[in-house]
Amino acid sequence: MNQTAPPKPAIRYNLKNWIGVIPFFLFAVFFIFLPSVRLFVGAFTDPQGNFTLANVFDLFTQRYILNSYWLSIQISAITALGGGIFGFLLAYSVTAGGLPKSLRSALITFSGVASNFAGVPLAFAFVATLGRTGFITTVLKDVFGLNIYDAGFNLYSFLGLSLTYMYFQFPLMVLVMAPALDGLKREWREAAENLGANSTQYWLRIALPILLPSILGAMILLFGNAFGAYATAYALTGGRLPIITIQIGAQVRGDVLHNPNLGNAMALGMVFIMAISLAGYSWLQGKTERWLR
Amino acid sequence: MNLASRLRRFPFWSYLWFALGVLYFVTPLFATLEFSLSMQRDTLSFKAYERAFSDPKFAQTFGYSVFLAVMTILFSVVLIVPTAYWIRLRLPEARRIVEFITLLPFVIPAIILVFGLIRVYSSPLNVPFTQITLIEPLTNFKFGTNVLIIGGYMVLGLPYMYRSVDTGMRTVDVRTLTEAAQSLGANWYVIIVRVILPNIRAALLSGALLTFAIVVGEVVLASFLGVQAFGPYLFLLGQHRAYEPAALSFTTFLLTWAAMGIIQLVTGGQGQVSGAH
Repeated sequence: MNQTAPPKPAIRYNLKNWIGVIPFFLFAVFFIFLPSVRLFVGAFTDPQGNFTLANVFDLFTQRYILNSYWLSIQISAITALGGGIFGFLLAYSVTAGGLPKSLRSALITFSGVASNFAGVPLAFAFVATLGRTGFITTVLKDVFGLNIYDAGFNLYSFLGLSLTYMYFQFPLMVLVMAPALDGLKREWREAAENLGANSTQYWLRIALPILLPSILGAMILLFGNAFGAYATAYALTGGRLPIITIQIGAQVRGDVLHNPNLGNAMALGMVFIMAISLAGYSWLQGKTERWLR
Repeated sequence: MNLASRLRRFPFWSYLWFALGVLYFVTPLFATLEFSLSMQRDTLSFKAYERAFSDPKFAQTFGYSVFLAVMTILFSVVLIVPTAYWIRLRLPEARRIVEFITLLPFVIPAIILVFGLIRVYSSPLNVPFTQITLIEPLTNFKFGTNVLIIGGYMVLGLPYMYRSVDTGMRTVDVRTLTEAAQSLGANWYVIIVRVILPNIRAALLSGALLTFAIVVGEVVLASFLGVQAFGPYLFLLGQHRAYEPAALSFTTFLLTWAAMGIIQLVTGGQGQVSGAH
């Protein structure tokens, strides 16, 4: 009895500690887990309530659903790549690129604002810029005699939406990459120069390989950022560009597919893609941390 | 230093990228501002702003959004500060799981979250395997919708709020503070409210402002839950007006700018990463 007694209080003490986080877990259950589980279960249920794989199967066979996913993936990939490259160059210019410190903090603050400036206001801002009577459209027409709408441009299209998404994509890249670029140690550059490397060699053979995981990771983050976007696209195109979030939104508004559980499956597919991107991001983040501390 | 070597040291490409970035940032804002000021023909005026602000629906919906934002921030602080504190002090083994949960909103976009919330709470919630009703359908009455939308906003803000608070607690020595307070006879409530909270106020403020920026213009949760908030109002206004929405968009931008500027000031440049699109 005496010999078995000591471990017991330790365990009870430990369990008692978990009481402190119960409110948080309750919140998570009611507002994150229950909704997710309901969607998950619904995705595998037929209208009569029996288990089925038909909904998930439909995701891969119904053409318009596949097209929606594909459109979302394309837009997210293109804006992640474009925003990633541009954001990286910007982050580079204020860190290693030799611009004054004041410009750096201005850029970081502005990036914080722009990456949060999204949804309906952003869509309106781009209508005022690149819409039919928008500022840039008018300037190009009056000054250069170029009517971009006659030339085939349309703000309410794939290209227009991509340009709009870029407004919150590249600032996010700046915010993620600036700390990583700060992690490049001056000694590495000096060592490379002492060994006779020029600037190009330093970048191609030392800096970029070190930064590559965090660049890729950040781009994946950007991908997910665009993939989950709904409000901007809806406010801009009014649902004419059927990306997957718009399709799901239509399904929530009313059962347009005549099968509520197909909507669940579409949502599940989205969460699946988002989860893969987040996993990829954190994996790459782990690879970076070895060097950039 | 002669001119030639100065020119060589001049970071031309950096300035070029920076200039392009500034152009991309500023042009849409300038266009919005210019458009919002040109409601009267051939002259710049604040007429669109006057019109937009004098609409009683604006005050109503904007006030409601501010109310939702304040509630979200309040409940988030009440939920997250004790949790983060407890994990730091007593339950480090829960850190991984809690951090994982706080990252989930990145995987579940707002549109999916509201979809799930509606699916769960538009029918009565029963105790599993019985007919005993635990909660009436929350989407059916005003208080219920408020609970749903504030809960949803707390989820959207969770990653930022938790990270802010946790970072704030890392920089102050929570354990020593607690022991000092305890040895002076403080109870848990006093420790959290009068010792911990004041010490992490910069972190709290930045988390709160970020949440505010997310909530005030939010449109997905609000419109699907049928809440008369500012986001859906702005969207509807955009359907049949031209100048007023531009004026309100620019105002929203200024608000976001103010929020981020204050965060920058209080955290000393440790900018936060966010996104709610």
